[in-house]
Amino acid sequence: MPRSPATAPPAAARRSEAGAWFLVLPALIPILVLSVGPLLYGIALAFTDAQSGRTEPTQWIGTLNFQDLRHDTLFWESFRIGLLWAVGVTVPQFLLSLGLALLLNQDLRFRWAARVLAIVPWAMPEVVVGIMWRLVYHPDAGILNEALGTERDWLGSLGTALPAVIVVGIWAGMPQTTVALLAGLQNVPRELHEAAEMDGAGPWRRFRTVTWPAIRPVALAISALGFIWNVNAFALVYVLTNGGPGGRTRLPMLFAYEEAFRYGQFGYAAAMGCVMVAVVSLLLAVFLVGRLKGDDA
Amino acid sequence: MRPTANRRSTARRRAGRAGQYLALLCYLVFLAFPLLWLLSTAFKPPRELATLHPTWLPEHPTWDNFRQAFDEQPLLRAAANSLLAAGGAALIAVVLATPMAYVMARRRSLLTRAATGWVVVSQAFPFVLVIIPLFLVLKRLHLINSVPGLVLVYVTWSLPFALWMLTGYVRAVPAELEEAAAVDGAGRLRTLVSVIAPLLAPGIVATALFAFITAWNEFFFALVLLKSPEKQTMPVVLTHFLGDEGVADLGPLAAASLLATLPSLVLFSVIQRRITGGMLAGAVKN
Repeated sequence: MPRSPATAPPAAARRSEAGAWFLVLPALIPILVLSVGPLLYGIALAFTDAQSGRTEPTQWIGTLNFQDLRHDTLFWESFRIGLLWAVGVTVPQFLLSLGLALLLNQDLRFRWAARVLAIVPWAMPEVVVGIMWRLVYHPDAGILNEALGTERDWLGSLGTALPAVIVVGIWAGMPQTTVALLAGLQNVPRELHEAAEMDGAGPWRRFRTVTWPAIRPVALAISALGFIWNVNAFALVYVLTNGGPGGRTRLPMLFAYEEAFRYGQFGYAAAMGCVMVAVVSLLLAVFLVGRLKGDDA
Repeated sequence: MRPTANRRSTARRRAGRAGQYLALLCYLVFLAFPLLWLLSTAFKPPRELATLHPTWLPEHPTWDNFRQAFDEQPLLRAAANSLLAAGGAALIAVVLATPMAYVMARRRSLLTRAATGWVVVSQAFPFVLVIIPLFLVLKRLHLINSVPGLVLVYVTWSLPFALWMLTGYVRAVPAELEEAAAVDGAGRLRTLVSVIAPLLAPGIVATALFAFITAWNEFFFALVLLKSPEKQTMPVVLTHFLGDEGVADLGPLAAASLLATLPSLVLFSVIQRRITGGMLAGAVKN
């Protein structure tokens, strides 16, 4: 087709601008309608007295839900448990995964077995992970008591329930973290290590000066994501303890779920969701600022 | 080859090796222990499950638990529901996400930056804040308690990650190929369909399978949206095995759990390498 070079670029540019929108809209519309929309709607609901199955119309009540939430000791207890859980899972999980990734990066026999095992939990439904560990922790038929020679009800006792649940959280999330860190490690140039070793740097020195700087972006990204996922965790603990015993493992998501779908308090549960979003965003902001500062140094 | 390898450093090296193997063994035990127990429980007859001193391996392995699992809960129907929800969501998500991922990978504009930001933000908000409004909206549309309603939710839920993965795959396709097609007079859509899509095919398949797996495994939305037993998906039906007070029939519970894991495990092992690659490309670039 003959095209005059003088007029072609603007026409093509205009066409491609329209074309770009045409390509973006099929995904953008569902995102806006089914994701951004509900999110905004959810925030709005937090300022209403919305309840399920009520006949009189929903009213704006301003910040009343948040004021109630401030005095809701059960919620703050659940909030505290949620933070304990999120930190208790994320930190050890990161350290354990880093250790495993470093091992798997070595020339060891049988490391294929660990690689295979590191995949399986990733592919398992969380519900199944929960069920599986209930079988392990089972007071009578469980293998843990048999292996340790104890007779504990791990998930049913006030003292052990949260630690027991945290162990499951660590186990379940280790694959993602390990695989991400391992992939980061494989980008570390071998020559750098060899050069450092020639200079007489010990393993710890080499890790600090060669390995860590190289994997730091991956490490930060995966631990930040892991933390957020853990704050929003639901299925695993729902299956393991459903928040019990005595609310000892009642994570904020379990609390909000009950409030919304058992007691029908949509507005109040939405307010809880807002508090969770605010806290996660705050932590993320702190983290991102720290990350930027770290990049300058 | 180390030129100054004296005896002491060789000994230390050997001790280091032994330590590494010991550590690896600990990891293997920690990772494998619950999995083996699930397998073992699934094949134990009731008499071996009711004991106070369980054995590591079933002494009289049996398939009865699997048969009983099908008798106790509508597993086939649950699997069909899951297949429909996960398959539908994966297909639709990929069809919608591919064109947008193409645009996101190829041009830098406010829109693409906003979309990338959204991918990150969408990981952060708690599902309660989304599910309550969705519940209200879907209820008004009479899509509560329906698998298509769940598909709708899963599509939007998997779109951010699909966009993320696909954008990485598009970036890996050389832009020169498109320019060549443009010189030949092909429009944007033509280029996408006939030049990019074939090269992207493996990435698209990997993304679709990943969306399938996450939807197959998903629990929270399914729990909230699907009330009647004949509509429920596999993970929700599994929780019925737990019983009200946690007094569960352990054998069938374990057997059904294994069955529910099988599809995603098989698919995951097929695409595992691509996922970690795609995930990492996204994680590091953002």
